[in-house]
Amino acid sequence: MGGYESILLTVITAATPLLLAAIGELVVERSGVLNLGVEGMMIVGAVLGFAGAQATGSAYIGALCALGAGMGLALLFGFLTLHLVANQVATGLALTLLGLGLAGMIGEAFVGQPGIRLERLHIPGLSTLPFIGPVLFGQDLLVYLSLALVAGVSFVLFRTRAGLIIRAVGDNHGSAHALGVSVIRVRYLAVLFGGACAGLAGGYLSLAYTPQWVEGMTAGRGWIALALVVFSTWRPLRLLAGAYLFGAVGILQFHAQAHGVAIPSQFLTALPYLATIIVLVMISRNRVLTRINTPACLGQPFVPDR
Amino acid sequence: MRLELEKRAEHSRTMAVLSPLLALLLTLVSGAIMFALLGQDPVRALYTFFIEPLTASWSLQELVVKAAPLILIAVGLAVCYLSNTWNIGAEGQFTFGAIAGSLLPIMVPGFETPLTLPLMLLMGIAGGMLWGAIPAFLKIRFGANEILTSLMLVYVAQLFLDWLVRGPWRDPEGFNFPESRLFSDAAILQPLADGRMHVGALFALLAVIAMSVILMKTLKGFEVRVLGQAPRAGQFAGFSRNKMVLFAFLLSGGLAGLAGISEVSGSINQLTPVISPGYGFTAIIVAFLGRLNPIGIFIAGFLLALSYLGGEAAQVSLGLSDKTTRVFQGMLLFYVLACDTLILYRIRLTRTFAPSGKEA
Repeated sequence: MGGYESILLTVITAATPLLLAAIGELVVERSGVLNLGVEGMMIVGAVLGFAGAQATGSAYIGALCALGAGMGLALLFGFLTLHLVANQVATGLALTLLGLGLAGMIGEAFVGQPGIRLERLHIPGLSTLPFIGPVLFGQDLLVYLSLALVAGVSFVLFRTRAGLIIRAVGDNHGSAHALGVSVIRVRYLAVLFGGACAGLAGGYLSLAYTPQWVEGMTAGRGWIALALVVFSTWRPLRLLAGAYLFGAVGILQFHAQAHGVAIPSQFLTALPYLATIIVLVMISRNRVLTRINTPACLGQPFVPDR
Repeated sequence: MRLELEKRAEHSRTMAVLSPLLALLLTLVSGAIMFALLGQDPVRALYTFFIEPLTASWSLQELVVKAAPLILIAVGLAVCYLSNTWNIGAEGQFTFGAIAGSLLPIMVPGFETPLTLPLMLLMGIAGGMLWGAIPAFLKIRFGANEILTSLMLVYVAQLFLDWLVRGPWRDPEGFNFPESRLFSDAAILQPLADGRMHVGALFALLAVIAMSVILMKTLKGFEVRVLGQAPRAGQFAGFSRNKMVLFAFLLSGGLAGLAGISEVSGSINQLTPVISPGYGFTAIIVAFLGRLNPIGIFIAGFLLALSYLGGEAAQVSLGLSDKTTRVFQGMLLFYVLACDTLILYRIRLTRTFAPSGKEA
């Protein structure tokens, strides 16, 4: 395997969990809800995905468990913020704290166990092509799913009536409500979709990225995904570029170490976090750009008046 | 069946007091169910978790030791959240404060004067303020989201500490353990009584009193609340949103930094790769459980400190995971937020039928 090819392959595996979590959150935020619990949903997805795979022997069932775990927590978040109009920022934080605790508790039994990896799909003829074969045609299902989700979300948001409704709810929930749209229902669906994606992203970590359970294995990826949504200015295609950029930054440390770069590992590990801050600053300083694109009702509570 | 919210004409004062208690009760009930699911006797488990630590004098001292940083950090965070500024990186400010305050005893171990401790504490506060000033500056100057930047800086501070104690600050006589040298006596916050409790507890008490006065009796306190609840009204009153962001971050960062250096100087007596069991995050729960009120935070701080001790006790005597603490803490915040709805709204379950006969 050539050097560039292996680097490209690791970039893809590092970018996929970010992309999965972020594309879900993008839809959530487009509907006007800010769910800061991505990290919590991801880590519970990671541990239950691992548990599901261990129990059944199938990584696919593990991925389904991860998806369900994310949706379960998202439902909790939805109930608090949409039904009980609790503060979204605080509830999202609560979700992350609860998720980290739950995952740590559930995961204790799995520490050190070898995991089951999602198989890489082999398309006869294509995946054996030199270079582009393994990169384009030899990935696992979730990689393809993440790319399909970007295309799907992009299409639905900007080309269909459903997308119009989601964006209307996010930009002006009062008007959407007056037009007869059930704001709460649309937001519930968006939040559940976000939870499913975050859960899958976590599942990808424990089933493909490093097929094992490690305490705190999400390592802030949920937060980076949140930053990516801002970076993308709520546009799926820019999100794709951002996720791959961050995937590249994330794996830099391994390749730097492999090539004997004499920088303390802690500084390399800190790179994605520093890059997140820099990217946030760069995108936010263009205030017109962010103001035009930010969903106008993002984070605002909505209580329907009857 | 449908859940309907009906806005109250004004805040319910009864509910403002009752909601944290209700949240606590719900957490205990959920905890009992969780213990039962884990195959434990729920009553015995809850007793071990929440009563047993209160029965020995050493564990009461330990309770104060753990409550102090939580309260110190949380009163600062309360000012942030009241003014609608979202500092969630207190853990990083705690860590950086601890690093800055440890500069003296680690780099200049021979400097042993009565001035050593006050200087260390001041440097700890300055370190926390500096770390808090970064997200504030990025927010004011570039409009960068302070939630994300303050959180990212937690990881950066923790990695920086990790590098220091494994690299340049590692104790040359420490048998290669990732630890700094032990602080000399002049650099250690003295115990209050015979035991683990140290002077840091007094800082927490002072912070609660000072914050109560500031929030209730001064114009600054009024400014904090106006800018939090009605930003436009605050603007008309001539209050600056940007200055408030900076104020809130410097204050909460400074207090977190003080908590950090107090913990290192009073309890650990050296720097280690991990110096906090998540105080900066648990303090967020303390702030909300205490209803963002200094007195409430004082009580809530002890309650969450108890959850740390309970987790340890349950680990020792029941063989439960110490992670149960985090689960309890997370559940508590959830219930607090849910119950707070009752202050602003009445909740009614209504049976409604749409004309088609389907439930709406």
